[in-house]
Amino acid sequence: MPTTTARKLTMARAISEAIGQEMARDPRVLIWGEDVGVYGGIFGATQGLYQQFGGDRVMDTPISESAFIGAAIGASAEGLRPVVELMFVDFFGVAMDQIYNHLAKNHYMSGGSVRHPVVLMTAIGGGYSDAAQHSQTLYSLFAHVPGLKVVVPSNAYDAKGLMVSAIRDDNPVMYFFHKGLLGLGWMPSDDWAEVHVPEESYHIPFGQAHVVGDGRDLSIITIGAMVPKAMKARELLQHEGIAVEVVDLRTLVPLDRNTLVDTVKKTHRALIVDEDYRSFGMSGEIAAILAEEALDYLEAPIRRLALPDIPIPYSRVLEHAAIPSVNAIMQAAHAMVE
Amino acid sequence: MESYVSMYRTMCLIRHYEDRMAEIYTEGKSPLFSIAAGPVPGEMHLAAGQEPVAVGVIAHLRPDDAVTAPHRPHHFAIAKGVDLRRMTAEIFGRSTGLSHGKGGHMHLFDPSVHFSCSGIVGAGFPPAVGAALAFQRQGRGGVAVAFAGEGAANQGTFHESLNLAALWKAPVIFVIEDNHYAISVPKAQSTAIADNSDRARSYGIPGVSLAGNDVLAISEAAAEAIARAREGNGPTLLEIETTRFYGHFQGDAEAYLGADEKAQWRQNDPIIRFRDYLLAHHLLSAEDDAAIQAEVTTVVEDAITYARQSPEPLPADSLTDVFAEV
Repeated sequence: MPTTTARKLTMARAISEAIGQEMARDPRVLIWGEDVGVYGGIFGATQGLYQQFGGDRVMDTPISESAFIGAAIGASAEGLRPVVELMFVDFFGVAMDQIYNHLAKNHYMSGGSVRHPVVLMTAIGGGYSDAAQHSQTLYSLFAHVPGLKVVVPSNAYDAKGLMVSAIRDDNPVMYFFHKGLLGLGWMPSDDWAEVHVPEESYHIPFGQAHVVGDGRDLSIITIGAMVPKAMKARELLQHEGIAVEVVDLRTLVPLDRNTLVDTVKKTHRALIVDEDYRSFGMSGEIAAILAEEALDYLEAPIRRLALPDIPIPYSRVLEHAAIPSVNAIMQAAHAMVE
Repeated sequence: MESYVSMYRTMCLIRHYEDRMAEIYTEGKSPLFSIAAGPVPGEMHLAAGQEPVAVGVIAHLRPDDAVTAPHRPHHFAIAKGVDLRRMTAEIFGRSTGLSHGKGGHMHLFDPSVHFSCSGIVGAGFPPAVGAALAFQRQGRGGVAVAFAGEGAANQGTFHESLNLAALWKAPVIFVIEDNHYAISVPKAQSTAIADNSDRARSYGIPGVSLAGNDVLAISEAAAEAIARAREGNGPTLLEIETTRFYGHFQGDAEAYLGADEKAQWRQNDPIIRFRDYLLAHHLLSAEDDAAIQAEVTTVVEDAITYARQSPEPLPADSLTDVFAEV
């Protein structure tokens, strides 16, 4: 009789374990960024790697984001497979040219002759009063630019498997981990994300959404930290006899259109929940896909619950009002099934 | 390194190429000039007059050394050994081009000789540092060279990259090609100090300024910088004064130039000066020179004919190459 116990891991541990296993497997994998060395990453996503692999493969950089993100372009063209961390997604503005004009486009502009196997990883999300320059999600901004893959895990199991896929991919991958899912002791974190993570390496292919909760009355389509919130709403709605299906997209690029259409065929109602800004982003894109490909199956208008088009406020009260909450999800769901 | 005559030949090849490009670019653009018309659409930035920078530096590079070039890239590409037929076909937007028509004149990529360029000012510095880091980690003794104009030295990427390269002791050479004008703005109006090479001191690396647009002086300085990088002693910054014989782009009225500025540059043609030097030192004969001129003409015409005769890409090809297939 097997005596294995399910090892639970925080998402931060799962990410650093995935990177460490890939570094052990492939000497071309290096990691650099601000405070990724002895500190182990501000959000713990590189903990233990410096001790295991040393300063030649785990490199602290100066606060020069254009230079060190741009360096990943040249390094990957010449045979390395860099993983580069930049603390907060909010900081990417200073290095954006290297990302959206070069990293994302060189493969296409070279007619396919240049490859950039690069993972750019960063922390996203609010919920702890860090205000407008440290709380954004912005994944839609990157998903908008052709040539970047976009990954947003919702739990530790997915985080490990998606990171392994990201490092093995020959394309640039934007890997976004939500601060409120990492299991850090020093900020609010959702226990839902801390799940069993096998020690052995495994990968989760991109473009495969995960139906994390079955239902027949309404589909909630979401990603990242909104997945546990949707699941909590689902549980509460279940007591009221409303069966909600929750779809965790896991990757925005590539996007699993089939699962989107399938869930709407089943429930005939779609609520899109997104922590990113409402306009011109993920929620609008998914609504458009459903309108194009599944309109005939819809029995109610598609609804969106997203961050209103405002910078994220500092005050606890104001921020709570802005970021979609379990309550807000429930209200939206009620309105749709009544 | 290459022989002097070989360097001279490359300079002549570049000049002839750029002069022919200037002619071809006007095809289909008269009587009304339209940037989008003719066999070579889009912008065109020519490097005639700037040959010594490309040839003097790249003469010391191996095929597997990396070069990143800016929006005015032809002289660097030719000196680095990018295939001229495929490069020309790319500039013509044809399916046989380096990128099958997806890049064009400012976005030439040839990984077989480790050449790339970018249309964004100052964007080539960070990738060159990264390429140098890769060479360092792989222990293959390679170097990377980032070329950019003097206008690019006021970009954040320049300063960030110098610091990072110095910190990493990366085998990279930063070459500032000072052709006096950032489009229309003279260096004195854009740059707070006279010599960008002085900025090297801020990062603890050697900085050298070279006046005169003289290929031999450039070659000598580049040899030292490249040897230094190859031996593991880190980056060098070279600033090389040069002259731009055409406008910033074809179609530039150049109203910002002084009355006889262009004439003076052309009178001081670096190719003529190098030819005279080679003749005076009996390294080249008049017959040799004639043969070189004939040969580069043939090579350029062959590339142009290849491009003209190549098919256009298929519209559906626009949808491929966004992502690398695993």
